[in-house]
Amino acid sequence: MVSINKFLKGCGTSNKHVVIIGNGISGITCARNIRKKSDFSITVISAETEYHFSRTALMYIYMGHLRYEDTKPYEDGFWAKNKINLLNKEVTKVESSNKTLHFSNGENLKYDILIIASGSKPNKFGWPGQDLKGVQGLYSFQDLQLLEDNTKGVKHAVIVGGGLIGVELAEMLTSRKIDVTFLVREKHFWDLVMPKQEAKLIEKHITEHHVNLKLETELEEIFSDTNGKVKAIITKSGETIECQFVGLTVGVSPNISFIKNSEINTDRGVLVNEFFETSVKDVYAIGDCAQFTSSINGRRPIEQVWYTGRMHGETLAHSLTTVKTNYNPGHWFNSAKFFDIEYQTYGAVPSIISAPLNSFYWEHSSGKMCFRIVYDFQTHHLIGINIFGIRMRHEVFNRWLSEGKKINYVMENLAEANFDPEFFKRYESDINLQFKKELV
Amino acid sequence: MKNESISIANPDKHQLNAGTKISIALISVGLIVFAASFLNVKLNAEYFLPISLGTIIFGTILYSRTKYLNKPVGVKSESVWFHSLSSKGVLAWCLGVILTSFYILLYWFPSFLGLGINGEANTGVIAFFDPLSKLLNGKVASQWFMYGTIYTTCILAFGYKFILKYRHNRYQVIRTIVVIISQLFLAYLIPEILDGLNSDKAYYAKDLKNMWPLNYYFFDAWHIDNMRNGGSLGMAYLVWGIVLFLVVTPIITYFVGKRWYCSWVCGCGGLAETAGDSFRQLSSKKVSTWKFERYIIHSVLLFALIMTAGVLYNYFTNTTTIFGLDTYTWLRQPYGFLIGAVFSGVVGVGFYPMLGNRVWCRFGCPLAAYMGMFQRFKSRFRITTNGGQCISCGNCSNSCEMGIDVKAYAQRGENIVRASCVGCGICSDVCPRGVLKLENGDEQTRLNNNPITIGNNSIKLNL
Repeated sequence: MVSINKFLKGCGTSNKHVVIIGNGISGITCARNIRKKSDFSITVISAETEYHFSRTALMYIYMGHLRYEDTKPYEDGFWAKNKINLLNKEVTKVESSNKTLHFSNGENLKYDILIIASGSKPNKFGWPGQDLKGVQGLYSFQDLQLLEDNTKGVKHAVIVGGGLIGVELAEMLTSRKIDVTFLVREKHFWDLVMPKQEAKLIEKHITEHHVNLKLETELEEIFSDTNGKVKAIITKSGETIECQFVGLTVGVSPNISFIKNSEINTDRGVLVNEFFETSVKDVYAIGDCAQFTSSINGRRPIEQVWYTGRMHGETLAHSLTTVKTNYNPGHWFNSAKFFDIEYQTYGAVPSIISAPLNSFYWEHSSGKMCFRIVYDFQTHHLIGINIFGIRMRHEVFNRWLSEGKKINYVMENLAEANFDPEFFKRYESDINLQFKKELV
Repeated sequence: MKNESISIANPDKHQLNAGTKISIALISVGLIVFAASFLNVKLNAEYFLPISLGTIIFGTILYSRTKYLNKPVGVKSESVWFHSLSSKGVLAWCLGVILTSFYILLYWFPSFLGLGINGEANTGVIAFFDPLSKLLNGKVASQWFMYGTIYTTCILAFGYKFILKYRHNRYQVIRTIVVIISQLFLAYLIPEILDGLNSDKAYYAKDLKNMWPLNYYFFDAWHIDNMRNGGSLGMAYLVWGIVLFLVVTPIITYFVGKRWYCSWVCGCGGLAETAGDSFRQLSSKKVSTWKFERYIIHSVLLFALIMTAGVLYNYFTNTTTIFGLDTYTWLRQPYGFLIGAVFSGVVGVGFYPMLGNRVWCRFGCPLAAYMGMFQRFKSRFRITTNGGQCISCGNCSNSCEMGIDVKAYAQRGENIVRASCVGCGICSDVCPRGVLKLENGDEQTRLNNNPITIGNNSIKLNL
């Protein structure tokens, strides 16, 4: 406490103290943008790590591409230089009536403005054996440390849940020469998000990496050996699979247990309006843990994506320092990488494309590249694209979507959007050839 | 993070396959023959040099094929921070000591390598190269011939490995083929053969692309004289050498950046990109290192300029001193020792396993500094950032051999315009989100500034 108070005295003329819980991309983006435009005192609290690191890079630490220190987006000296105070502590209670936070070590901290950006935690759906040793999710730095311990000497692993973290975990484990069986409940990989053809392309690629992908397979129970460590699982269809590790990657949910007993209204996440205001004055929530009370621009009420977290942080910082600003995200975009295949998406591509939408799909004969464009078949307006194995320019698609470009224009000018490295083989003419054929 | 168990039986042991075992055996045979020649074991070099170089090259080819062709194409950075050799472990220190010692012998004690002094016949490892040297230029081998042959062999063998590793990326494949051809012909075969054909004329540098100030003795009086006395070929080299750095280099650098030289044709760059690829992640990305880099590389450039001004003054005034100081003692000798030998050789390559593969290019090369000024202030080259797609994962910065913290720009949606970038393109290759692209384009759009990333319409900016 002494050190914090000393620090606060040194912080500019404004005595407003902004406290941010969580040093992930949302909280840190908010802190940085507040600092750019104000001289508020800023404190960022995290129980996870002392410094901000890129959560998306956790897999690369396990695979040996990077060390932990390489995943920090800013050098350690950055924070003191920009007068952003960091606290490596765990908040156990928020007492909003007197604007005080309580820490697990008994200390407390006063705030003027509180921003909750505490992220997510992995889901567990009550499977028997889900808390055994060797069973875990993957979200935090602590999860990664646990994974190091849990996968020592493991020969066979089972991953439950067909989404992005699942496929990343599969890549991580195969890099350590661990055999992986990958259980996916749905008919196709990530089919809540991806149309079937894209899903199949990725399934083929996952299999190419010697992952045993089992579609339409659900976990029933996890069994332990005599030491309380996982030794096998059984699926709902009765198949027993021996394994020494189980990865549960069935989504994440807001990490807000520490405010459940406060005055702040919560549902699955911390409930906020379009200004990120919670039910309590001067308390805001952003990022994975925030839940909008009404949908914003047709988006989901809880947005658990790196890019949306960053936008939340930018917008709230603008509100707090410049002018009250509602969250108004533009055209959707996202990206991922499935083993060796890169994926980018711009605009809206639903997993099931139905009237008034139509789509055109092209796949390269290698089965490692594909392109889908979705458009409104009455107005011919571009709605969105999925692209695998070829890179495309965000700025160009963002502009085309804003300008309401029509499908023919987009197809004719596809080369303008290409973002592959120089000398790469180009596929615009192949794609257009097929497009014209199908048009007839 | 890695397994820190000190158990003698490696808990994470991976079985080597047959191809790997055979290739390691082949490479070992080649190296043992070398070691034998170093220890003066009498070997018939006419047979054993081809055997030795052949097994090393063939072994490396087999090793690369076994390692990369059995897997789907893609980024292959697994475990670079786990392996001893690529993460400053025991093997890295051993290699560093061996390389550093080799350079010390090469520069200052070539007789230990067997160089015949005062007309005596070569012995040891240098004699081992006599037959090849006689074949190419008609003379017995010098330490530089031996060094050039080993150097070219490394670029060939590791260049092949590099091409297989990055075979999904045509920029990398084409660039590496060019750098191999450039080393094999421009830097090695053509100069050696030309030297043989012009053996009646005094020596001058015949590597067409090794320009001043990287070739720091280009304007030394003896070198200018040797070129002038070298007939029409010598005069052609003199004119080309001047036109190359004065006209050709700025023009090409304006259009495509300094990469055309540093990672496409340069010999130092060629070795760094091929044999040095496993060490690229070791470069320091700290802002403080960047500051140090700017001071030291421009100091070397300044030193090269002062030295050259001095020797040119001597040349045109027919003197050997400037301001009463002898230019050899005060300028040429210190430059040759400190920059030419210690910096570019001993530290530049010897410290690959400790400081990364571009130590010389980043901190020392005066030509890189010269081209860097064009690249920073007057060029169409940049690395474009793809809107808001960066996830700050750090793979780009990690793989930057020049120590550029690429993600610091990418995560702000900002293009990367840096004097030091050699355009190797690996940042773009390893990016898991397709965020980076090396390209040449309009100068106006080169430097951009997006305080709010694309995709967030909440905030209207008055740009």
